[in-house]
Amino acid sequence: MAKDLKKLDEVTIRFAGDSGDGMQLTGSQFTTTTALLGNDLSTLPDYPAEIRAPAGTLFGVSGFQIHFGSKEISTPGDACDVLVAMNPAALKVNLRSLRDGGIIIANRDGFNDKNLKLAGYEINPLDDGSLDKFQLHSVDITKLTTIAIQDLNLTTKIVERSKNFFSLGMMYWMYSRPIESSVKWIQEKFKKNPEIVEANIRVLKAGYNYGETTEIFHARYEVRAADLYPGRYRSITGNEATAWGLLAASAKSGLDLFLGSYPITPASEILHELSHHKNFRVKTFQAEDEIAGITSAIGASYGGAIGVTTTSGPGLALKTEAMGLAVMLELPLVIVNVQRGGPSTGLPTKTEQADLLQAVHGRNSEAPIPVLAACTPAGCFDAAYDAVRIALKYMTPVILLSDGYLANGAEPWLIPDVKSLQDIDVKFRTDPKNFFPYSRDEKTLARPWAIPGTPGLEHRIGGLEKEHITGNVSYDADNHEFMVNLRQQKVDGIANDLPLAKTEGDDKGDLLVVGWGGTYGAIKTAVEKKRKEGKSVSHLHLKYINPFQKNIGDILKNFKYILVPELNLGQLSQLLQAKYLIPVRKLNKVQGLPFKANEIEAKIDEILK
Amino acid sequence: MNLIDEILKDAPKIPIQKYTAKDFQSDQDVRWCPGCGDYSILAQVQRVLPELNIPKHNIVFVSGIGCSSRFPYYMDTYGFHGIHGRAAAIASGLKVARPELSVWVATGDGDGLSIGGNHFIHICRRNIDVKIILFNNQIYGLTKGQYSPTSEFGKITKSSPFGAPDHPFNPLLVALGAEASFVARGLDRDPKLLQNIIRRAAEHKGTAFMEMYQNCNVFNDGAFFQFTEKETKDDNIVVLENGKPMIFGKEKDKGLKLEGFTPVVVSLKDSKYSINDLIIHNEKDTMLSFILARMSNLPGLPRPVGVVYAVERQTYEGEVMKQIDASINKQGVGDLEKLLTHGETWVIK
Repeated sequence: MAKDLKKLDEVTIRFAGDSGDGMQLTGSQFTTTTALLGNDLSTLPDYPAEIRAPAGTLFGVSGFQIHFGSKEISTPGDACDVLVAMNPAALKVNLRSLRDGGIIIANRDGFNDKNLKLAGYEINPLDDGSLDKFQLHSVDITKLTTIAIQDLNLTTKIVERSKNFFSLGMMYWMYSRPIESSVKWIQEKFKKNPEIVEANIRVLKAGYNYGETTEIFHARYEVRAADLYPGRYRSITGNEATAWGLLAASAKSGLDLFLGSYPITPASEILHELSHHKNFRVKTFQAEDEIAGITSAIGASYGGAIGVTTTSGPGLALKTEAMGLAVMLELPLVIVNVQRGGPSTGLPTKTEQADLLQAVHGRNSEAPIPVLAACTPAGCFDAAYDAVRIALKYMTPVILLSDGYLANGAEPWLIPDVKSLQDIDVKFRTDPKNFFPYSRDEKTLARPWAIPGTPGLEHRIGGLEKEHITGNVSYDADNHEFMVNLRQQKVDGIANDLPLAKTEGDDKGDLLVVGWGGTYGAIKTAVEKKRKEGKSVSHLHLKYINPFQKNIGDILKNFKYILVPELNLGQLSQLLQAKYLIPVRKLNKVQGLPFKANEIEAKIDEILK
Repeated sequence: MNLIDEILKDAPKIPIQKYTAKDFQSDQDVRWCPGCGDYSILAQVQRVLPELNIPKHNIVFVSGIGCSSRFPYYMDTYGFHGIHGRAAAIASGLKVARPELSVWVATGDGDGLSIGGNHFIHICRRNIDVKIILFNNQIYGLTKGQYSPTSEFGKITKSSPFGAPDHPFNPLLVALGAEASFVARGLDRDPKLLQNIIRRAAEHKGTAFMEMYQNCNVFNDGAFFQFTEKETKDDNIVVLENGKPMIFGKEKDKGLKLEGFTPVVVSLKDSKYSINDLIIHNEKDTMLSFILARMSNLPGLPRPVGVVYAVERQTYEGEVMKQIDASINKQGVGDLEKLLTHGETWVIK
């Protein structure tokens, strides 16, 4: 039967169910298909720390949100248009993110007495009228799934596991997406198990056909391709992009990549990804602990590889002493910190930006380390590449900050032309004549990289203070002060090598919103909206935290007010105030979740009222 | 070819020379206390290295923190003085990145078994081809005299005025328990034995663990005298030789015999026991290695010194290189453009 086909500019869908319901998989399949259609998009996986939390519980709910559109999309969306809820707990946890009038697709079979009780519902919300302000569709997803594949004689467990494809099929129908990409994926993924391939494809089709043939859905929607910059795209998550950025730097520099890493959420995918690419000569060393992760990487750097270690907040804390060693040794090293909620174990699967001061200052004594921050999932590629470039050029450890939101979030990425990547020129010292391990390049202040295996350059380095030029152990008072200043100057001097910062919007005006890291999308969306309303507001987003780019102070001076939104209690605010002696207004959120654009909009309105 | 191969290809060629011990002495003044056992170990290492025919620019000494960890400064090779306890991890990264180098670790009982215990057991099980010399003086020397994880129970030190309440580690057992493929024990005052152990360790393919009893004449003087001094040593140590019966004693009149799993001392003087009754040392015998290591904790038995255990098994870095070669054979050398465009992509016009 013919149904209305409505055109939409943007849609936000949230898939929610038990952590064993396959919601992350459903979401990522929808993402791939949507990306292939040419929509711009942004995703937010939101899952519990428990792998298989007890079924039906509120804390076991796993969600995946995708915001896609025919226009530029910068955030996973403030409020959802559609909520797919596989059980009562999923409904309860996620209802507050659904806009009034939004669509609920509930798996009626999941709303049994046991699950209702676990979610704390006394009456079934699907029947009591409490959801009247939404468009509620109760669908017997489990039952329909069972019927679709009953002749295959599969176990109940396998049938249960297939039902997420029914939801996926319904969503494909509702938003006019083809199922082929997912069919292909199922065939590939389960190729060793033809029965499961058959079951999942049948269920996917059943869900799609359910939308087509039943009367319950009155409308179907179309979201046209976005007007993106021409070129070849792919969908990429932040952790993938980080891994590939490191690989790219290895390929471009001709140096082997060595990753020393201990598994930790949400950074482990970088280790997983790099461990696949042995043909790039990348060596991944799954270390016995965080300290071995970084110290093995330092050992590898000493040997002439690009030493990298990846971690999250608690791991960064454990690496502290070794980072100081890398400062003293002046060896290239990249430390990737995918931030999560803290302190301590905190919220392992949730996002936060509260490790900034730890990255900038968290070491004993004066131990300056350049700090970079990735701003978008795809932007992790450039940030990782840049981190390696700086580490090699200046012979210094570099900290790259990512976060849980960037790490797991996906977006379309305009694949760069490999030839256009900035050259990374590495020179090992080979000439024994006048060789001193702590002599300096006049411009960068970098010391020579003299690797073992080079005849005639045998020398000793270590964590004890070095004598300027000779590198011999020195306890001399004046030399120590000189070296402390020299190490600081070297890192400060990197500012000369950084592109000047640019505001999005105007160079001057009433309000400048200054952000860093993963808040880029939310701030950009909010500022653009307010500018369309005629407000004098601009956006400055920092990719370089230490050192700051040279023109930051000048930019700040051109605005009446400065607002710094951060997912912490005001850490960038503190750095900006300390360095530029300007008053800063703060907007802070520490809920383990990214900003919504409307939270930033409200603050802009408050300041410019 | 990666950049390292390329650059080293053009590095000035230095002909393989016949080194002497002197060639391995750096220009730094040795700053250990006069009379310290470390001097002897340093001297023996410098004596053995020339025999190995390894160009000295391919040798690296890595250390942690402590008296023994100053070792790299005194060797005219590449040297890396790390942070406390982490030498094994630093050396692991270096060796995996550059398998062609000869990598050595100098560590102590505190550095290697206390703060660095975790890295120590893991390098052993991975069997990364690193030679570890653990200077065991059963005391913290550099921090001026606290008890260490190998100090005997009840030891009175600055930090244990009423006696150490800790039960000590037995380094050989720790190494064997951690699946080390080469385990030996030497004595600072027995240069010949030291040289032999160092030589054997150098030839071993895999993690080679050498516990060296080392006298700290300032904070723990005489800890090992019963094993090292002329008057007492012969009756208190048994020098292990592969394939030979375990005989010891000033008069070579005592032997070790197994009763069940327990070694006992028997006299060869009367005709009750002969050489044929004694344990024949077998470096490849796993069970025997544990029995020999355990002897340190049992009263009345001589302390075994020499190579306790030596077996060949795959090395970590060897496996890594195999995987890399296999991957390159199968997929070709990594191509960045291919990587970025593989899988699902789409074109916007």
